[in-house]
Amino acid sequence: MASNKWVTIKGTRDGLTLFMNDECSWNELLVEVEEILSTKHLATDEPLITVRIELGNRYITNEQEQILREVIRKHNKLVVDKITSNVILKEEALRWKEETDVNLHNKVVRSGQVLEVNGDLLLIGDVNPGGKIVATGNIFVLGNLRGIAHAGVKGKTDAVIAAAHMAPSQLRIAEVISRSPDADAGGAPMECGFIDEKAGQIVMDRISTLARSRRDLNAFERRVKNG
Amino acid sequence: MGEAIVITSGKGGVGKTTTTANLGTSLALLDKKVCLIDTDIGLRNLDVVMGLENRIIYDIVDVVENRCKISQALIKDKRFDCLYLLPAAQTSDKSALTPEGMYRIIEELKPDYDYILIDCPAGIEQGYRNAVAGADKSIVVTTPEKSSVRDADRIIGLLEQEDMEPPHLIVNRIRNHMVQNGDMLDVDEIVQVLSIDLLGIVADDDDVIKASNHGEPVAFQPNTKASIAYRNISRRILGESVPLVSLDEKITFMDKVKKVFGLKK
Repeated sequence: MASNKWVTIKGTRDGLTLFMNDECSWNELLVEVEEILSTKHLATDEPLITVRIELGNRYITNEQEQILREVIRKHNKLVVDKITSNVILKEEALRWKEETDVNLHNKVVRSGQVLEVNGDLLLIGDVNPGGKIVATGNIFVLGNLRGIAHAGVKGKTDAVIAAAHMAPSQLRIAEVISRSPDADAGGAPMECGFIDEKAGQIVMDRISTLARSRRDLNAFERRVKNG
Repeated sequence: MGEAIVITSGKGGVGKTTTTANLGTSLALLDKKVCLIDTDIGLRNLDVVMGLENRIIYDIVDVVENRCKISQALIKDKRFDCLYLLPAAQTSDKSALTPEGMYRIIEELKPDYDYILIDCPAGIEQGYRNAVAGADKSIVVTTPEKSSVRDADRIIGLLEQEDMEPPHLIVNRIRNHMVQNGDMLDVDEIVQVLSIDLLGIVADDDDVIKASNHGEPVAFQPNTKASIAYRNISRRILGESVPLVSLDEKITFMDKVKKVFGLKK
């Protein structure tokens, strides 16, 4: 058998990282992974080791990923943490773009009207009481937000809602709902709402504090970096 | 060629019919040929406010169903030769009228009149759809109450989907002392929420009810504050710029009018 050509193992503090060569065939790679993992002697009394896999410029399908995970899982001290690749399908890239695009709308959302977008919403105009805006990403309102705003509607809990004048009847982020206090406060200028992880509920703060609490508001960049 | 203006509000009881009657009267006072159409089938009121109830022979449903000609159903006002009313039916329901039928009637009336004012029923269903069909412009009436403003907002949203100019706003039944005490929404606030152009404001005035009960629109009287307000609105409809630079000025103007009356009484 040839020595290890395609797979490089690196040990780090957090566990093992397997660097997979992206020029050989998939089958060759699988065979080699199997071989390495069975010949390397892993002591049975060691704690679980997490494994990260770097695929380089190789794209693998979901089925291939399953097979790879299977092969590694057979060695019961190893847990696959993350599989990263430099490449994604065009299809997926378009979807990412759509989900993170800023959709600009210029109108007044009136009572009984619903404005729904995929991705972030930038509304130049008001949301009147009884009106509703919904986005899968963040919501920014350059105007009076007096109706209902629902950000991260598909479960994105780090979505934020910001408005030039914040006087909403309800704010919803992912699954969390909060309503305005019963005493009519009249709203506040330049505020934003986001989920406070510790409290598990929506908190309001000045927009300027967003730079601290949500440093990576640009979801697209973050996704490209972290996969 | 005339202009068809629908007067609507969403909520009931804010003064659509009173506004229609008074704008019709004040436009007639300015020598315009005006036709009022009541589309509130089953709950007609416009004829009562105009004091023409006893003159009704045919109504709008008769016209739509070809039982009579439009000219037979039109009632000439008892005060003006240039003011006519097409009354609603009292016995049918709203489904007796269709948007197509309304459109046909308005197209037929347009060449003969300067203004066609359509009194819309409350609600956003069939009756509303009938009333807006064929209208070129729209006026939204609201009172300084939250519920009424909310419904006006809804109606404006619907009107914006129609093929017509952006609606204009009339704020009706303002009680000055309540606004000053902060117990009532002020006009500025309403205009800001609804974000459409303000056509005029009308103060809450006992004379309006008194006049309506006598079958004579208040605009016919020369010097009540409500009639002056309606006459000013009519002049604005004609394109005149009646002073209304800022809202504050307008309220002080109303205050002045009040003072004049205080002195007169």
